[in-house]
Amino acid sequence: MSPKTLYDKIWDAHLVHEESDGTSLLYIDRHLVHEVTSPQAFEGLRMTGRTVRAPEKTTAVPDHNVPTSLDRAKGIEDEMSRIQVEALRQNAKDFGVEMYDVDDIRQGIVHIIGPEQGLTQPGMTIVCGDSHTATHGAFGALAHGIGTSEVEHVLATQTLIQKKSKNMKVEVNGQLAPGVTAKDITLSVIGKTGTAGGTGYVIEYMGEAIRTLSMEGRMTVCNMAIEGGARAGLIAPDEKTFAYVKGRPHAPKAGNWELALAYWKTLFTDKGAHFDAEVILDAAEIAPVVTWGTSPEDVLPITGTVPAPEDFEGGKVEAARRSLDYMGLTPGQKLSEVEIDTVFIGSCTNGRIEDLREVAKIMEGRKVKDGLRAMIVPGSGLVRAQAEEEGIAQILQEAGFDWRMAGCSMCLGMNPDQLAPGERCASTSNRNFEGRQGRGGRTHLLSPGMAAAAAITGRLTDVREIV
Amino acid sequence: MEKFTKIEGVAAPLPMVNVDTDMIIPKQFLKTIKRTGLGANLFDEMRFNQDGTEIESFVLNQPAYRNAQVLVAGDNFGCGSSREHAPWALLDFGIRVVIAPSFADIFFNNCFKNGILPIILPQEDVDKLMDDAQRGANAVLTVDLETQTIQGPDGGSISFEVDPFKKECLLGGLDDIGLTLKNETKIGAFEAEYASRAPWL
Repeated sequence: MSPKTLYDKIWDAHLVHEESDGTSLLYIDRHLVHEVTSPQAFEGLRMTGRTVRAPEKTTAVPDHNVPTSLDRAKGIEDEMSRIQVEALRQNAKDFGVEMYDVDDIRQGIVHIIGPEQGLTQPGMTIVCGDSHTATHGAFGALAHGIGTSEVEHVLATQTLIQKKSKNMKVEVNGQLAPGVTAKDITLSVIGKTGTAGGTGYVIEYMGEAIRTLSMEGRMTVCNMAIEGGARAGLIAPDEKTFAYVKGRPHAPKAGNWELALAYWKTLFTDKGAHFDAEVILDAAEIAPVVTWGTSPEDVLPITGTVPAPEDFEGGKVEAARRSLDYMGLTPGQKLSEVEIDTVFIGSCTNGRIEDLREVAKIMEGRKVKDGLRAMIVPGSGLVRAQAEEEGIAQILQEAGFDWRMAGCSMCLGMNPDQLAPGERCASTSNRNFEGRQGRGGRTHLLSPGMAAAAAITGRLTDVREIV
Repeated sequence: MEKFTKIEGVAAPLPMVNVDTDMIIPKQFLKTIKRTGLGANLFDEMRFNQDGTEIESFVLNQPAYRNAQVLVAGDNFGCGSSREHAPWALLDFGIRVVIAPSFADIFFNNCFKNGILPIILPQEDVDKLMDDAQRGANAVLTVDLETQTIQGPDGGSISFEVDPFKKECLLGGLDDIGLTLKNETKIGAFEAEYASRAPWL
């Protein structure tokens, strides 16, 4: 048998049917559903008299629209948002799908609660009507975002029509320098490949720097595979993965655990397996980075300066000109001198407990600069509870952070957490698109540690100067 | 789904790379539970001032392009969020074809589910069509899916590739859930075999 990549193995294990032209029917093990991209899919089922084929493989959670204010139990003020969450509730009930509702401590960002509840397991195929589904790839699961029509397709058939992607290897060798994190790795990879570099591929991340990362860090890396254009990102499971999954509510139990584990241990890329593309980075050369523009590929070390449009080629020249104008930056300006108004810590990229620990470590005994708005939105109710138990929440609040309830929040500003026009935000989220965090808002993507450093000084700051 | 066979319509030029789905339809319009009505807010932040008045310079506000059915754009069109609201907004506005050198994966697939034909062409062909599109109301392109050709205003013809299965679905306006359910016994057989292979799932 010819050697296979991890992606090849998972693909083959889920192949229901393949047409001669390669159009395939892939079986889906886990379907995560949120309120924004699912109402039309459930409505489609109703109109055609179809049912959910495997409700037990489907889990629903409201996250995009929900307020993160402490008094949210009183209900959602915005009528449209409220209707959307109510629709999810009704659909979950009508179609027999488990839902973690707004008042459930298990509620949170869909990509945080999947791993947290053990819904995410190695070797699975996982889909969700959300591009950041790539996050679950950190467990060696083939996970990707789908559109609403595909959500309906998966609900009705538990399969997805797919054509196989190509294999790409991203190898990060050596060790990260102090102050450099998973976020810097994933942004640096995108900086190198561009936002379309991964189009048509499934990426497998490997190398010492990836192996050394915690599960939380690996999730951060895979989360942004989509920002590099890839269909999915994968990391082969290892002892860290198994230890993370073990004992979680939906993890295999008793005798099944041993069976699952034996299978999971076969989930790695065989020696000599073929990759269609390779990207190799030296971890030691990765610096703490920030984005300067309105595409996640606009990445530079914090020690750098704002580039000029002429530094680029082709369509990127005009794009850079537009970005600089939107961002209110001047070529040659030092990134470390860019002043900010807001700090946002949270999202499916960096809303996990480890991220909050990192911020608390830096903020202990320090204060958020006067006049800054600084908010922390834990990725789930359970992350929030754990942070409170560990004393992290107290440190953050004493430092001047607004300590909020779980949700997607200012990552995309569908709820009231938004930037005003012209406001500039140091954000641990994943997209710096025009208007993403609020019309006219300016986003600089960075790691949680870098966000904490910016909160202290009120400008983009090299975290290595603080710790 | 509405069938797609042949479109003869005005092409609007959008010479930008990395047009993301947040630009195509900003988040505040994702709160709908319907698929229709999103055309009014297509490219909202580029098309309208905050007071709701039109930004005259934006291509789809110019008289020649208000009824455009084709969009010609730069690399990596449709990147970012998986929101199907993006093709719904394009369709609702009247856009049936998007031509670009490359597309983001999820957006590309979403188009086919909604009767929109995304066409990938080499940069030089896109440049030529972009030039054509800049001729305003004279920029009429004929896009024929059956023959996989684009006819320009000068009569020149460009051929394009399309996945045969996706082509068939568009031409017939087929419901792919219905197609998949024709394989339902295969899904059932897979599930039975899979349960013995992975009993923990």
